[in-house]
Amino acid sequence: MKTLVTRSTALAAARLVAVRDLRLAFHKPSQVIQPLMFFMIVATLFPLTLTPEMSRLRDAAPGVLWIGALLSSLLALEFLFRDDAVDGTLEQFALSGQSLTWMLFAKTCTHWMLTGLPLALSAPIAAAALGVSAGAMGGVVASLALGSFAMSLVGAIGAGLTLGARRGGVLLSLLTLPLAVPILIFGARATQLAISGGDIAPPMYLLGAIAVLGLTLAPLAAAAAVRIGLE
Amino acid sequence: MATWTWFHRLASPPHVYAFARRWTPWFGGFAALAMCAALFGGLVLAPADYQQKDAFRMVYVHAPTAWLSLMIYTTMAVAAAVGLIWRMKVAHAAAAACAPVGAWFTVAALGTGMLWGKPMWGAYWVWDPRLTAELVLLFLYFGYMGLRAGIEDPVKADKASAVLAVVGVINVPIIKFSVEWWNSLHQVATVMQMGKPKMDFDMLWPLLLMFLAFASYFITVLLIRLRAELLRRERNASWIREVLA
Repeated sequence: MKTLVTRSTALAAARLVAVRDLRLAFHKPSQVIQPLMFFMIVATLFPLTLTPEMSRLRDAAPGVLWIGALLSSLLALEFLFRDDAVDGTLEQFALSGQSLTWMLFAKTCTHWMLTGLPLALSAPIAAAALGVSAGAMGGVVASLALGSFAMSLVGAIGAGLTLGARRGGVLLSLLTLPLAVPILIFGARATQLAISGGDIAPPMYLLGAIAVLGLTLAPLAAAAAVRIGLE
Repeated sequence: MATWTWFHRLASPPHVYAFARRWTPWFGGFAALAMCAALFGGLVLAPADYQQKDAFRMVYVHAPTAWLSLMIYTTMAVAAAVGLIWRMKVAHAAAAACAPVGAWFTVAALGTGMLWGKPMWGAYWVWDPRLTAELVLLFLYFGYMGLRAGIEDPVKADKASAVLAVVGVINVPIIKFSVEWWNSLHQVATVMQMGKPKMDFDMLWPLLLMFLAFASYFITVLLIRLRAELLRRERNASWIREVLA
């Protein structure tokens, strides 16, 4: 009985955190819009540096979309915990007696809804500019949505670990990028298969497996990391 | 209880310091002797490979350093986990001492791999899954050392880098698998199968001996670095004065 009660309060706390973060994002939409703009600009730079030829751009499109998405999500990860650590909100979370793991998990999911999901949904614009046909857009959106979710989970660990560091931004990239290599490989492969008209299921399953592993372990590691940063 | 005393003693910096000082020359001596014997065995006694000729002899440095680069990362993660779970300061010091040595072993494995690749593949670098995975491992080491250097408070640096080491070691097999999968899709034909042909005993024993020599060398350097770490961390403790007197 007791465990039931604590679990429901943990979920209620997590829901409150999610609602709070969503409300804050509506007040400060720049945090949502800026990573998206960044993604669009990066995608624009490739035709300028590579070639304006559509057929060659289409070959490069998976790489362009995924590297753009990865860099943009790294940029957004900086804001995942930092503001709340500076103004003491995270400390209140840790002292509240509620499960920090659940609250950080809610924060991470909300963060993905505000950054990764919009990025995946707007990716067809960038993809179309790179010569990707309309039929492939479903696969592009699905792979980027799942991949950016896994990326948010892995990135939450890095964001928590760099709370105690000076110049956290570069360090966050240095920690997170090697850990994100599998996500990048499977995600780019799924996008590539979608563009070439193949079956995207195998890489999507693997991407899903990584997301599930991240779902089970990353919030625990992120909570441990944030606790260390707050000490 | 008695069986656990050795474990509890590992938590005591003076005990570990004395242990490290006592064993450093033994491991160092064995490393030097074994390395000489293995070099003689590998460069003189072992026959040249029928296909790769003398270039195969690179294996005597390449394979042991590559194995150790991964084993050192695992050692580091285990030490870090022990430090996190039992709050052992010495374990954190050991993990800190492992990282630069492991990174150098990774660089050595990559460097010898590239030197080997030139005659075998005709290029210093090809996107071979093993080379790529080794490169990502080097980046993992860089991340660990970067985090350690980036946090000023030593206790926080210990704990944060320990979490990263544990997360990294879970990720290593996933990276390994994903890189192999990625490569098998992109590279149509491998230039040369570097699999496991049955190795002649004359070629094999220097390799195993060289691995023991490098492992012993790693332990020697680890013990020296560990002593330095302990001196730095415990510089205000009274046992330091007794040891150095």
